[in-house]
Amino acid sequence: MANILSVRGISRTFEVAGRAPTVALQATDLDVAENDFITILGPSGCGKSTLLRIVAGLDKQSSGEVLLDGKRIDGPGADRGMVFQSYTLFPWLTVRDNVCFGLRERGLPRQQQLEIADAFLHKVGLRGFESHYPKQLSGGMQQRTALARALANNPRILLMDEPFGALDHQTRELMQELLLGIWESEKKTVLFVTHDIDEAVFMGSRVMVMSARPGRIKLDRAVPIPHPRHYSLKTTPVFAELKAELTEQVRAEVIASQNATTTAS
Amino acid sequence: MKPLTPVAPATRVTLGIAFFVLFVAVWAIATLGGFVPKTFLADPITMVKSGYTLIAEMGFLKDIGMTVWRVLGGFIIAALIALPLGVLMGAYKPIEAFFEPFVSFARYLPASAFIPLLILWAGIGEAQKLSVIFIGSFFQLVLMIAVAVGNTRRDLVEAAYTLGASDSSLVKRVLIPGAAPEIAEILRMVLGWAWTYVIVAELIGASSGIGHMITDSQALLATDQIIFGIIVIGLIGLVSDLLFKRVNRQLFPWAALGK
Repeated sequence: MANILSVRGISRTFEVAGRAPTVALQATDLDVAENDFITILGPSGCGKSTLLRIVAGLDKQSSGEVLLDGKRIDGPGADRGMVFQSYTLFPWLTVRDNVCFGLRERGLPRQQQLEIADAFLHKVGLRGFESHYPKQLSGGMQQRTALARALANNPRILLMDEPFGALDHQTRELMQELLLGIWESEKKTVLFVTHDIDEAVFMGSRVMVMSARPGRIKLDRAVPIPHPRHYSLKTTPVFAELKAELTEQVRAEVIASQNATTTAS
Repeated sequence: MKPLTPVAPATRVTLGIAFFVLFVAVWAIATLGGFVPKTFLADPITMVKSGYTLIAEMGFLKDIGMTVWRVLGGFIIAALIALPLGVLMGAYKPIEAFFEPFVSFARYLPASAFIPLLILWAGIGEAQKLSVIFIGSFFQLVLMIAVAVGNTRRDLVEAAYTLGASDSSLVKRVLIPGAAPEIAEILRMVLGWAWTYVIVAELIGASSGIGHMITDSQALLATDQIIFGIIVIGLIGLVSDLLFKRVNRQLFPWAALGK
């Protein structure tokens, strides 16, 4: 299958006045094929969010380029939908108008906006909450709205930066199933950053592990579990085996990053 | 009492009124009881009587109307210019860098100190009164609006961009609506300050208005009328404040959620 996203030698260096520049991300390559669900694992501060933000166009790379359908990315755009870890619904808009935000930006007629918005709100199980304000919703419902808002724009790729990181464990597991179900039915392409190994294995068709800072992709594993996936597979031997391997890999990086901090300070 | 525990609405109103009652009671005891000479402080009953005379026989309602008109006129002119400028300063940092130092300097200039100059430039007519209000409120408004707009949550800005927002629609659809409730609060507060300037403006070189009545009464040592004038200002301020709050709540129902 053709690559829809190509990351070519992307690196990111932060300049700090009076100190040696920090390399957050080493030259990184990544190819994402149509309908991939790629999860990126790594210790905190390894640059996985930086990589995602560069793909989103919210951060500028120091070198390299990102190609979406062969075209160079320069700044954010509606072709890459993003769901953030923090709750980023617009508090002055109702749930429905939040989902309409991107559609209105494209100048769609109001009637069509509402049809699309309601369809996606239905998909994420928020029928009946269309006229609520974000502050009247739980964290999980807010993230479901944020997902519907990103999907409504029909982006080429969905970028997710620990979107369930602030949710409690049970809600998070339900959200994983919800997202997986949507991915399976909508044939979306997803790039998903997390530090939760269960989440990475359960959701991903490919799992990548990033090294400690300066970050680079040190492992790229296809997940040998067919779709559709059911939550019960989290207790199967295949799942446990892959999880064990990834746990070792991530653990090594966490220790490395802690040692780096200790020697630095 | 537990810190930060809210009170029931009815208790809130009762407590609020109770202090007014207490205040008037202390005043009545001090004056009617003969503890304070009449020349210095009129008692509440005389104050109400002369207030009635002022309104019924001396056309004080017209003075009140004039003062309200001046405050609103000067304030609205200031707000109409301050709103776009403040939004532009908050949204576009070069514009802020250009204006901010001067506005910060100008807002410390006391509006009342401009009165002699303004009389020289604009005479003692309405233009001078409006100018005082304008100077007193414009710079405060600009600065506070710019800060409110500039404080927009960065993650909301980023979310808007990833949804395909252009730069101009970011200002229109994110920065302005997000800051709107705070801007409304700023308008409410600065309108309150505008009231203090109008009286000062009317104390000098005016032939009508609440401030003018107070100056006239000063010459006659009519403390009852002075106090009545002050109370009228207080009441108008209270009413406009309540109206403003109510309108804000109607306009921005989302802002009060989760507080």
